[in-house]
Amino acid sequence: MLDGKQLTISEAHKLLKDKQVSSVELTKAYIERTEKLEPQIKAVVTLTADLALQQAQKADKMISAGNCTPLTGIPMMVKDNICTKDIKTTCSSKMLENFVPPYSATVIEKLEAQGMVMLAKTNMDEFAMGSSTEKSAFHLTHNPWGLNRVPGGSSGGSAAAVAAGEAVYTLGSDTGGSIRQPAGFCGVTGLKPTYGRVSRYGLAAFASSLDQIGSLTRNVTDAAHVLNAIAGFDDNDSTSSAIDVPDYTKCLTGDIKGLRIGIPQEYFTDELESDVAAAVKTSAAKLEAMGAIIDWDLSMPNTRYALDVYRIISSAEASANLACYDGVKYGFSYQDTDDMWEVIEKSRGMGFGSEVKMRIMLGTYLLSAGQYEKYYLKAQKVRTLICEDFAKAFAKYDLLITPTTPTVPFKIGEKSEDPAKMAFADILTVPVNLAGVPAISVPCGFVGGLPVGLQIIGKQFDEETVLKTAYAYEQATDWHQQRPNI
Amino acid sequence: MKLSSEQVAAIATLSRINLDKAETEKTRAYLSEMLDSFEKLEAVNTNGIPPTIQPSTLMDVLKEDAIKPSMSQEDVFNNAPKSDNGYFKVKVVLE
Repeated sequence: MLDGKQLTISEAHKLLKDKQVSSVELTKAYIERTEKLEPQIKAVVTLTADLALQQAQKADKMISAGNCTPLTGIPMMVKDNICTKDIKTTCSSKMLENFVPPYSATVIEKLEAQGMVMLAKTNMDEFAMGSSTEKSAFHLTHNPWGLNRVPGGSSGGSAAAVAAGEAVYTLGSDTGGSIRQPAGFCGVTGLKPTYGRVSRYGLAAFASSLDQIGSLTRNVTDAAHVLNAIAGFDDNDSTSSAIDVPDYTKCLTGDIKGLRIGIPQEYFTDELESDVAAAVKTSAAKLEAMGAIIDWDLSMPNTRYALDVYRIISSAEASANLACYDGVKYGFSYQDTDDMWEVIEKSRGMGFGSEVKMRIMLGTYLLSAGQYEKYYLKAQKVRTLICEDFAKAFAKYDLLITPTTPTVPFKIGEKSEDPAKMAFADILTVPVNLAGVPAISVPCGFVGGLPVGLQIIGKQFDEETVLKTAYAYEQATDWHQQRPNI
Repeated sequence: MKLSSEQVAAIATLSRINLDKAETEKTRAYLSEMLDSFEKLEAVNTNGIPPTIQPSTLMDVLKEDAIKPSMSQEDVFNNAPKSDNGYFKVKVVLE
């Protein structure tokens, strides 16, 4: 029954509810599989097997008492930038290598209330800055579809863990594509909700106007289940929204007749691999055959500025957010001196990896006197134009579809020393964060045995139409059922 | 825009980051490449366009000033490199 251990949330929930398996048994099976696969995949930073088994016992009691939700007792993992009380939360950085949060993120508290079973904290690019998980201070993560390939990033551990069947679902965070891009690279479903739909309290901040927590799952129904559990207003996050949270599984009807879908030309650049473009165009034709109305000629002219605007805004915000790491309150601390400034400068110099330091310095420069107007304020204004592109598009269309990434997963080491080339991996996902809209990546084909992702973008707080369409597409295809041979 | 090593060193000081020579050079190349790339934004007409600070439409979110349980001091200081009697301990600030 658990041989494959490639269950979806819905399948695992049914087994638990029908008492065909207990959460403890299920959890043991996933721990075993994780321990077997980790030497190859390395998705995990901290394995929390003992905690998971304790949580599974608690979940079994909830299930026996008839007090369970679809997520109760389901083995999952959490990206290591989401705070978990008493469990190390490292952001895959030497700076936080021994940091034990004194509190849990709101998403963790919400999931705990539903009988969460957390197997591990997952690997990521340091402080979520990167697109390949090669920037983890600890180790690389390998793509289950090709072990010499990157899993994408920054939520690369979370994506690889789901693809490898080490966890039923995982949490990630998405600042410029960090859920969708690895989901695309690993052939899983990655949902970045609307900015404000899910509380960011307890997420180690990278760029506060862009960051959002979301899920990596085996299919769209599972994404709806996780969003049901984590969405909603939080008193501890003043940017979280009080807009009602619907039951996101209710919209999964399979009916997309009459939906208006725009395909922005600017996302099909010359740099896009032709096989990736072809897979996405075939997907669009499929949606058309299912009754959606596709417009292939939408133009969003400011898209070409999105990557630079993103780099400016995210680096500026990061330089402010990461100022808290000073070797005084928590984190790595250099003490071999009597000079206060040397403590701070060497703690930061030795605690942060090179990518993080460069981005902090870029942000510091962009915010400095004389540069602020030229770069930061200008980028904020161009951000407005990018948001207006989306507003105009959504006045005409219900959804937009694009490829998630311009290429299939690249080889480990291929781009790691070239930040500009690396950032290119995010070129199709960053506009979504600038506009704060929701988007999902679902598997839509394979090129040379490597997965391709289809990005479906919706209006702010209209996750329902995004999920509905992704679900209808998934029902008509079997890409999401493919499994890597590991 | 090409930055000099001295400019990079000044930015490192502003950022309170200690850099060795190799890192300074790597950062100089990175910053110069980024600033070159940003030049293309100059061509965008943003006259009369307001800045977007964050993408939500929420404004002036306030909450009741109510006393709630907070983290324990012990838990918080567990992560401190050095603490003493409920304070973070730092090196001498004023001689």
